[in-house]
Amino acid sequence: MFKIVRKADASPAQERVMRGAAVVAALAASALVLALLGFHPIEVYAKIVEGSLLSGHRLVSTFNKTIPLVVLSLGVAIAFKMKFWNIGAEGQFYMGAFGASLAAFSFYWLPAIAMIPLMMVSAFVFGGLLALIPAVLKSKFSTSETLVTLMLNYIAIKWITYLQYGPWKDPQAIGFPKIPKFPDAAVLPELFGVHIGWVFALVLTVLVWVLLSRSKLGYEIAVLGESETTARYAGMNVTRITIVAILLSGGLCGLAGMMQASAIEKSLSDQLSGGLGFTAVITTWLAKLSPPAIILVSFLFAMLLQGGVYLQSALQISSTVADILQGVILFFVLGSEFFLRYKIVRRKGGEEAKA
Amino acid sequence: MSQFITSLELFLQLSAQMGTHVLFAILGGILCEKVGNLNLGVEGMMLMGASVGFATGLSTGNPLVSVLAAGIAGAVGALIYGVITVTFRGNQVVTGLALTTFGTGVSGFLGQSLSGQALPETITNFFAAYTVPVLVDIPIVGRMLFEQSAYVQAALICAVVLYIYLNKTYIGLQARAIGENPAAADASGINVTAYKYLHIVAGGFLCGVGGAYLSLVFVPRWQDNITAGAGWIAVALVIFSTWNPLKAILAAYLFGILRGVGFKMQNVGIGGTDFKIPTQLLDMLPYLATILVLVFMTLRKKKENQSPAALGNAYFREER
Repeated sequence: MFKIVRKADASPAQERVMRGAAVVAALAASALVLALLGFHPIEVYAKIVEGSLLSGHRLVSTFNKTIPLVVLSLGVAIAFKMKFWNIGAEGQFYMGAFGASLAAFSFYWLPAIAMIPLMMVSAFVFGGLLALIPAVLKSKFSTSETLVTLMLNYIAIKWITYLQYGPWKDPQAIGFPKIPKFPDAAVLPELFGVHIGWVFALVLTVLVWVLLSRSKLGYEIAVLGESETTARYAGMNVTRITIVAILLSGGLCGLAGMMQASAIEKSLSDQLSGGLGFTAVITTWLAKLSPPAIILVSFLFAMLLQGGVYLQSALQISSTVADILQGVILFFVLGSEFFLRYKIVRRKGGEEAKA
Repeated sequence: MSQFITSLELFLQLSAQMGTHVLFAILGGILCEKVGNLNLGVEGMMLMGASVGFATGLSTGNPLVSVLAAGIAGAVGALIYGVITVTFRGNQVVTGLALTTFGTGVSGFLGQSLSGQALPETITNFFAAYTVPVLVDIPIVGRMLFEQSAYVQAALICAVVLYIYLNKTYIGLQARAIGENPAAADASGINVTAYKYLHIVAGGFLCGVGGAYLSLVFVPRWQDNITAGAGWIAVALVIFSTWNPLKAILAAYLFGILRGVGFKMQNVGIGGTDFKIPTQLLDMLPYLATILVLVFMTLRKKKENQSPAALGNAYFREER
């Protein structure tokens, strides 16, 4: 009766319309879900906007959630461009935070001007090295990177928990398992009321955009992602490209961990991320690996997260409602992709007979 | 010596109790991955099952209806995943992650009204451990199998049934063919879409039932985030068990043992010394073991241990 055929690539305008339609459909479906749960959907939506935008400190909270999401997503995007399915952003985030903390605690006497760069380098290296493990395993044993990066997330988190309950436990916290605060020099300063991470995030967005769309390495990454055979045939050094790209990918995720530890928590803890690394996989994918789109999508997700927190205090609605909304919206956007790539046509009678 | 055997028996019995929810989830994962779909939403489906199962238990007091409701909750989650990944050919990894977010939200929301309440006795009694006379005296494994909750035994039976289904029946063979080479399966006349849906949804059912084991039997109260990451462990252990339902029992109970050891280790040193292995480092073991298994699997290239060849890829007839 019907058959599905591949469409010619949709034009950017068509694509935007489609995506917009998916979000509208998602909001309508979420409204239905909210109504079923016994809430007034418009009121909930209004509160989410109010709670995430309409006051100075709420806006700051939203920005604070946007910054790590942007940096994480940029890292994930580099790996995804190579079709290296790095879902280990969460673990790389924690190892980066660990690297930063290691620097902060070891060289506690350094002034901020030396301390902050040192922490950043350390975070970048630790995050990058964790990402290198699946890359090496993949090239040596063709082990699935999706599964290895997933496993490494939990190994990294357990490592932080171990430090928190064991060797790094603050002796002054009277038995409470927490890691001491960083020295003041290890805390990122603020600029216009938001920690300076936002400047880094913007700069990194431009750099990653240049890397992916305007540089030789970016081109090589894209070719390698399309076909390793082609890349080899063109004389590219596949191992070198993979290592550099993955180090950058993990390193950026590590950097996000450093910023979060330094500016928000001012310490290290196994609750530092709260799943941001997984959310980043989703935001990157929704943004189609485009750095400018990553900023927009990350901000919208941050609004949803922050709005969820506000719902709890304003309407006594559990913040888990935000998770449900996030899920429903994602389902719709994921499903809508199909209509960008395929179209459903009616089979003609004759064709049916031939088939 | 006899004392040692007794404590070993008790230990195995405990491991089975601590691994049953994971066993159900591994079995669900195997079903789904055998038809070529990697579902990272296991944690979400378990949470949906745990909360819906508990809520149904509170309102109906009927144990079997509660388990059924839990399974259906998991199956609904899996159905959403199936529609997006099979019919709409969406990205499996991202869809799975979204399902986990969604399931966490649903369980958290439902859970608000569940915490602090106790299950009716009809349920706790039904799932209480009972003893099968004579059989319980079988050395070593007697206690593990026959002085146990029916829920634990059901998981074991499920594993055996799935093993037979996948390896000894024609339909099971067809299902496996889809995970290996959907185009070839399609060409041989197998309805790929129907098989995928069926196995994905059945897998979700098992994950939901696994989650409800925690809320109905093991804890048995409502706690927020009651699965505490067990769904992710299950994703790992699907690989550790090399997609074999019988080895899944081993994987799940090893995990149970590890948890049991973890509890003991906090207080007692090893071999009478003061040296203690921190539990957090022990918690890493399932994940580390899984990575090692992945590496060894590809090294040894033994056919029956390999991951389904088409795992994670969407199948589209017109594009083959």
